[in-house]
Amino acid sequence: MIDAAISFAKIFVVFNALMLCVSIMTWVERRVSAIIQFRWGPNRVGPFGLLQPIADGIKFIQKEDIIPAEAHKLFYLLAPALSVIPALCAFAVIPFGPEVTILGRKVSLVILDLDGGLLWAFAATALGVYAVVLAGWSSNSKFSLMGGLRSSAQMISYELPLALSIVAVVLISGTLRPSEIVAQQAGLFTHWNFFKGVPFLGFLLFTIAGYAETNRTPFDLPEAEGELVAGYHTEYSGMRFAAFFMAEYINMMTSSALGITLFLGGWQLGIPESWQPAPGWGLWTLQILAFVGKLAFFQFLYVWVRWTVPRLRYDQLMNLGWKGLFPLSLANLAATACLVAWNLNVTR
Amino acid sequence: MEQIAFFVLALLSIASALVVVTNRNPITSAVALAFNLVSIAGLYMVLDAQFIGLLQVIVYAGAIMVLILFVIMLLNLREEAQAHPVGTFQRVLAPVATVLFAVAIGRGVWLSTPPVFPAASAGYGTASSVGRELFTTFYYPFEAISLLLVVAMVGAVLLAKKKLS
Amino acid sequence: MIDPRLVLLVSAALFAVGVAGVLTRRGAITILMCVELMLNAGNLAFITFARLFDGPEAQIYVFFVMTLAAAEAAAGLAIVIALFRLRGTTDVDEINLLKW
Repeated sequence: MIDAAISFAKIFVVFNALMLCVSIMTWVERRVSAIIQFRWGPNRVGPFGLLQPIADGIKFIQKEDIIPAEAHKLFYLLAPALSVIPALCAFAVIPFGPEVTILGRKVSLVILDLDGGLLWAFAATALGVYAVVLAGWSSNSKFSLMGGLRSSAQMISYELPLALSIVAVVLISGTLRPSEIVAQQAGLFTHWNFFKGVPFLGFLLFTIAGYAETNRTPFDLPEAEGELVAGYHTEYSGMRFAAFFMAEYINMMTSSALGITLFLGGWQLGIPESWQPAPGWGLWTLQILAFVGKLAFFQFLYVWVRWTVPRLRYDQLMNLGWKGLFPLSLANLAATACLVAWNLNVTR
Repeated sequence: MEQIAFFVLALLSIASALVVVTNRNPITSAVALAFNLVSIAGLYMVLDAQFIGLLQVIVYAGAIMVLILFVIMLLNLREEAQAHPVGTFQRVLAPVATVLFAVAIGRGVWLSTPPVFPAASAGYGTASSVGRELFTTFYYPFEAISLLLVVAMVGAVLLAKKKLS
Repeated sequence: MIDPRLVLLVSAALFAVGVAGVLTRRGAITILMCVELMLNAGNLAFITFARLFDGPEAQIYVFFVMTLAAAEAAAGLAIVIALFRLRGTTDVDEINLLKW
């Protein structure tokens, strides 16, 4: 009974934190992109425009509910929900803090401590393709269908390098459980999986594949304005469009959180254990803040890359995925396997 | 708790299977089948087979069904047009025959299976136990099936290619 | 705890529904999907027995069946595409050139 209550509390906290982060991300995206483009961005609603997300939310809610006449109603209404649910589910296996003691009870700060936790995250990401395909098809519009098919083909193509870079990390760690992978990266930051095996390559592959999975620049041709109108969410307006937006930001956060857990030590501080304060709420707060800080940096990186790197054309994108990243991730896996067999640079 | 999960998942899987078989729109059938596959994966996890359950979602629901959806959209398949509409005979006989068939199999199964599960050993259903068996006892089938996948890939590409001009 | 016989009944029901679909439907892709249903019913029975005999062998059979189903779906769909290009339809009642 108590365990169920603790799980519910964790779900409540994580869900609210994710929703809050999504609204903060809309503000971050607009301000940071504005500063990169040498203009101000929204700064009128509240100090520094911080209340802009609230204004955006009110705007979305009060918009007229338009459904295209020939649209397939069931899937048209289902697709936005279908995009948010797997994005949220994927975050369930990510440890956002160490094992804390609340009121004399040990609570591990991960919602689902599965034995195959990484597989769960990957499965939830794979299910996110359906929303895109169904949204594109059910809108009964040429732009939506093309955008939907292109987006989903891109997503499934880049699932391969993503999975292979994860497998390389699993080879090094010997476990699929995210909390154990984080625990193995304790101590000085040179123990992070970023430096183990083939340094930097696995992380680079994971990040690029993550950008393609979440349909962010430089891989956002299917949904960029001026290219295919707005791709698979052309015919959506109001709160449904906001749902797709939310799903994209949550996907970004899940992808970054997964990368942080696998390669950058999760909630580990990166300083030797002798320098860390004694286990207690001081240390634990620092570790949770370390996780949030790393996540925030990666969200900033997403926005930074969006307005710095030019967009790839669709065939260039697919070429990069199949002819570039996929062989490279296979090579990374082979190299990591050799290093694990000879026990070089893979100290656990 | 497990019983509730089992009943809900079993009902969902049978309901979605019925939608697959009866609905005329192929896209609705495909999405219903994806739902069915996810509920069966849930059943696997209720039966403690975690690794296989998650693999089912990744491979079946996440890859195969998306492929089927792509092909349906590529061929732009509409609702099945009935040139010869289904007669009353088939409309009555099909459900009856299905139920009889299910009862026949079910009766054989009911009489030959023990009524309780034994306790699962530690590490049952985890990736390490399945993987260890896969790479030792079933090593040759594993290599054979990788070869099969390559052959299927090459065959699919060749069959679906437009004319080599 | 769950009764294994109930799980096997679910598997039998899914299998029967799959057979009905294969025999009744006219679209080639829908028939392929009903074949996938039957394969999944078999997989469910495998997993039940794996749990009953408490071993990983049956789970590996499920692994192989899943992989085979993937290969078969890919090849089958390629055949359907080629057929569609040839005849303009995927209705299996229309693919009757060998009928005498």
